[in-house]
Amino acid sequence: MLRLPKFEVEKPTTVDETVALLSEKTGDVMIIAGGTDLMPNMKHELFTPKKLVSLAGVSALFGIREEAGALVIGAMTPLDQVANHPLVAERAPALAQAAGLVAGPQLRRMGTLGGNVMLDTRCQWYNQTYFWRKSLGFCLKKDGSACHVIEGGSKCVAAASNDTAPALMSLDAKLTFANADGQRELLLDDLWKSDGIFNKKVPPSDLLTEIRLPQREVKHLGAYGKLRDRGSIDFPLFGVAVRIDIDANDVVVDAEAVSVALQARPTRIRKFGESLVGTTLGSPEFEKGVQAAASLGHKQCRPMPNVPGDHEYRHAMVPVYLKRTILAAAAGAGPVHAV
Amino acid sequence: MSARDNHGTAPPWGDEFQVIGKRHRKVDGLAKATGQAVYTDDIALPGMLHAKTLRSPHAHARILSIDTTRAEALPGVHAVITGASMPIKYGVIPWTPDENALATDRVRFIGDEVAAVAAVDEDTANAAIELIDVEYEPLYSYTDPNESLERHDPAIHEGNKHGNVSKHVELEFGDVEGALDGADVVVENDFFFHGSTHTAIEPHCAVAQWSQDTSAEGLLTVWSSTQISHYVHRALARVLELPETRIRVIQPNLGGAFGGKSDPFSLEFCVAKLSMLTGRPVKMLWTREEIFYAHRGRHPMHMHYRSGATSDGKLVGSDAKILIDGGSYSSFGLVTTYYSGQLLTGPVDIPNYRFNSTRVFTNKPPCGPKRGHGSVQPRFAFEIQLDELACALDIDPIDFRRKNWQGEHTKTVNGQRITSNGFMTCLDEAERESQWKERRGKLADGRGLGVAGSMYISGTNYPIYPNDMPQAGIQIKVDRSGLVTIFTGGNDIGQGSNSVVAYLVAEELGVEVADVRVVAADTDLCPVDLGAYSSRVTFMVGNAAIDAARKLRKQVVESVAKHWEIAEAGIRMGGGVVLDLADAERTMGVREAFQLAEADHDTLGSTGSYNTPELGGDYRGGTIGASPAYSFTAHVAEVTVDRETGRITCDEVWVAHDCGRALNPMLVAGQMEGSVYMGVAEALLEEHDVNRFGLHSGPSLLDYRIPTTLDTPKINSLIVESVDPEGPYGAKEAGEGPLHSVIPAISNAVYDAVGIRLRHLPFTPAKVLRALAELESDQTVEQS
Ligand SMILES: Cc1cc2nc3c(=O)[nH]c(=O)nc-3n(C[C@H](O)[C@H](O)[C@H](O)COP(=O)(O)OP(=O)(O)OC[C@H]3O[C@@H](n4cnc5c(N)ncnc54)[C@H](O)[C@@H]3O)c2cc1C
Ligand code: SF4
Repeated sequence: MLRLPKFEVEKPTTVDETVALLSEKTGDVMIIAGGTDLMPNMKHELFTPKKLVSLAGVSALFGIREEAGALVIGAMTPLDQVANHPLVAERAPALAQAAGLVAGPQLRRMGTLGGNVMLDTRCQWYNQTYFWRKSLGFCLKKDGSACHVIEGGSKCVAAASNDTAPALMSLDAKLTFANADGQRELLLDDLWKSDGIFNKKVPPSDLLTEIRLPQREVKHLGAYGKLRDRGSIDFPLFGVAVRIDIDANDVVVDAEAVSVALQARPTRIRKFGESLVGTTLGSPEFEKGVQAAASLGHKQCRPMPNVPGDHEYRHAMVPVYLKRTILAAAAGAGPVHAV
Repeated sequence: MSARDNHGTAPPWGDEFQVIGKRHRKVDGLAKATGQAVYTDDIALPGMLHAKTLRSPHAHARILSIDTTRAEALPGVHAVITGASMPIKYGVIPWTPDENALATDRVRFIGDEVAAVAAVDEDTANAAIELIDVEYEPLYSYTDPNESLERHDPAIHEGNKHGNVSKHVELEFGDVEGALDGADVVVENDFFFHGSTHTAIEPHCAVAQWSQDTSAEGLLTVWSSTQISHYVHRALARVLELPETRIRVIQPNLGGAFGGKSDPFSLEFCVAKLSMLTGRPVKMLWTREEIFYAHRGRHPMHMHYRSGATSDGKLVGSDAKILIDGGSYSSFGLVTTYYSGQLLTGPVDIPNYRFNSTRVFTNKPPCGPKRGHGSVQPRFAFEIQLDELACALDIDPIDFRRKNWQGEHTKTVNGQRITSNGFMTCLDEAERESQWKERRGKLADGRGLGVAGSMYISGTNYPIYPNDMPQAGIQIKVDRSGLVTIFTGGNDIGQGSNSVVAYLVAEELGVEVADVRVVAADTDLCPVDLGAYSSRVTFMVGNAAIDAARKLRKQVVESVAKHWEIAEAGIRMGGGVVLDLADAERTMGVREAFQLAEADHDTLGSTGSYNTPELGGDYRGGTIGASPAYSFTAHVAEVTVDRETGRITCDEVWVAHDCGRALNPMLVAGQMEGSVYMGVAEALLEEHDVNRFGLHSGPSLLDYRIPTTLDTPKINSLIVESVDPEGPYGAKEAGEGPLHSVIPAISNAVYDAVGIRLRHLPFTPAKVLRALAELESDQTVEQS
């Protein structure tokens, strides 16, 4: 078995205590939630923190509740609860579906929504053991200077691979972070930067406390589509969340699609809504709009050979998954997934 | 064959078997399910050190120097060894010893072993590894086998007479050119079978203890997760220059092997040497990544086949040219090269047959035997060609195979003796259960059914190293307590071989299975068996077990007859009780019977053995692939192809397998299910490959995709019992045969579903989409 590097663990019970511990010394201290991403990464010596601050005992970070019309999910809420909670299923079907497709059942019990949002980016040249990376000569993201995805490239394009991120973005999620200076709220869209080395604008010492889905004025439909090789376990090779807002007559008033596992950050498909707005679900115009939206996605989404697998195939699957996910959303079905 | 090997197929007592043919739990089933079973890594000895291996970061390089001083100076480090500590080469095949426990002067793939450290704990050993300074001179490295065929400088193995060619075999039986000239239809295609590995769930582990307790010369005990203790024993003696009497090899419980634990491995030599140097027990447990480097998995094969048939549906000949990518060492490669041609000649008769197989070295993890060693790849190509011929002739592919069945008690074109052959029943069963006739060609678009068939050996009469001694031996001890103890050198790797000997001996001696204890795979205690490979254990060890038990039975029956003053024929034993057939009132427990026998004959014990009869074709290599009995299999696979995503879902598989006699149908079905699972995995998901840097493309169970339960088809196991005249009560193998033909059956089903022929494995969705696009453009061309 691979060994874990040595580290200490702190087990605070309140947000204040946690924040105090995190402000001690950045770099050497890291937050651990479910540990399902951090532990393998530590075994691969991608991170070697001296100290871990465990959130397992911070009860304020757990649970799903409604608050003034918004749906609020604590950062430490396990993914299987997010996937199976009636409130989430009703108000955020794409999120429930995406959470239910993360990894496998055991990992969804340990893995948290907060950990999923804050997940490190992934790359086939990076998520490997120390020996493997050393034999390769390392890479830009960790210990090295060259990129093997874009040869001669000076920017890391490791892929954001968190399934729930596009679903949350499609629902205009807001995040609350806490640090020694207090709390602040941030639109999830504004969390990201296009840098595979660290794709967030908030420093790793800030604590994500909760995720807030604002009340929606209009009725919406949603679904999540995920391309992967197997029926379980695997990270996305491409993921897309779709939201379709409809009026009382099933006419589309707005629509959004957000993709993941392509580049360093989850991205909105631009002008996605335009092809669907004004059409009635199920009508020939709607069907035409779906095709147009799918081609739009095909043009905008350009998979790179960052995650494993054939990136040209991933590209070919963009319109297929996009189309199927829109149709699934319109039908109140989903997720779109191979098995 | 000598008479001692033939025990008949009938129940030993009366008309019915009492143990055989019934569902029994494995003898070690509960211990494994409850976590009590001790595996190699569970062993912890007082003062035990932990060892780690330094591996090559280069695909091909000369070692200029190794400096271990910094590592040795690290507190907690007890010993550091390099290739110089064990310079003697070994190899599982005695003719091709090209491996070193640790590299002496050259490394041949990324992951090749260079040095090893024993330290107080794993972390210290890992830290020490990083302190070993190695100076390399990188050499040109080979990843494409075609290149190894042509380029020999630098040679991966200096001094090899044939440059980078590891083995070449060319054999022709009959007149292939003439036959194909006379054929009405000939199909000719390229095929590619990719590499795959075993992914046994238990990682390789070894523990060694060098002790001077028993003698001044010392005794080396090695516990190892091996599937062939006997060859490990021999290899340790050779490399460590110790007499075999000073070495004891024990195989504890084992968590799967599938061929991946057949070779002697670096870790066994390293723990042994490190223990001898430090005087302390030493353990080495490999990581999953290291197992991917140790590999010995399925050889990638580039194959070209040409097969022809006459218009009345008779196959006339087949011609094969095969390039085998061996990776960096020989391993079993000599046998693989022969198997790639020799094992194809049934159940369909090939009247004229030729193969030309070349194995080359490349700078990749070494290939070796994986379930269905050497024959799964050619079977894939050939069974697709049979389907193509049947289609071209407009004959149902099942009927086409029926028409060309070789028959039973016959000889193959390459001189192999065929005894029992239940292939026709396999076809019938698979056809009926899959509702082939009713459903084939009538399924919705994108769905299809495909068939394929195969045969496999039940052991081989080629004993790896030439000798006239038995291939399998058994000892049985029976004592006054009523307990029967069996000592077998056979390696139970999860397939249930310990259970099988227990069932056989319980049947013969009329005792309950619970009163039989099996002591296995301990070279100090057990007679030699050649190990768990080539599907030989049930057949060979099983026959040896019956041999030994029957001798004891004779003594017991004799004593009871004398005691009751009746004829021996009037006695029946079973379920722990001895009966007088003429007097229902008169019974005794086997314990009492054993006591009578012990009083009469002194301490009770017997030995039994098995050796193959003279087999094989009369030509060089004619005994490789010669088996005392062959198993036969037919698969029908049902698939759904998503035309938009290219994804193939294998929905259901019907596997009919002729195992001779199902000694325990539950274990047979388990092997059949496991085989189908593994075959489907190879067809649709797995790929063991190196990337453009010569690095394994994803040495972890996340990146190396084996199916989850969600990706596994519904499997229907249909057991066919042809009752072989020479198998133990008629049994043959069931562990490897049922894998072969599921892969071509899937390809054939895809053809039935959407009209494309998939000849290059694995069948990724991208390949399916490309083939569909080609088909469409061909059709457009045809229409215009
Ligand atoms: C085999 C395997 C398969 C997987 N498959 C998938 C998949 O298909 N899709 C997918 O999305 N993920 C997958 N994962 C990754 C992981 O399981 C999930 O993303 C999970 O949601 C991570 O949550 P966690 O609580 O375990 O995070 P952790 O591992 O504890 O943390 C992840 C990162 O987030 C930071 N972090 C955690 N919580 C907070 C917080 N409250 N505030 C600030 N920073 C925080 C940590 O410091 C760390 O950097 C897989 C993992 C494995 C091992
Ligand atoms: S994209 Fe991949 S290879 Fe390139 S720098 Fe990032 S992690 Fe490394």
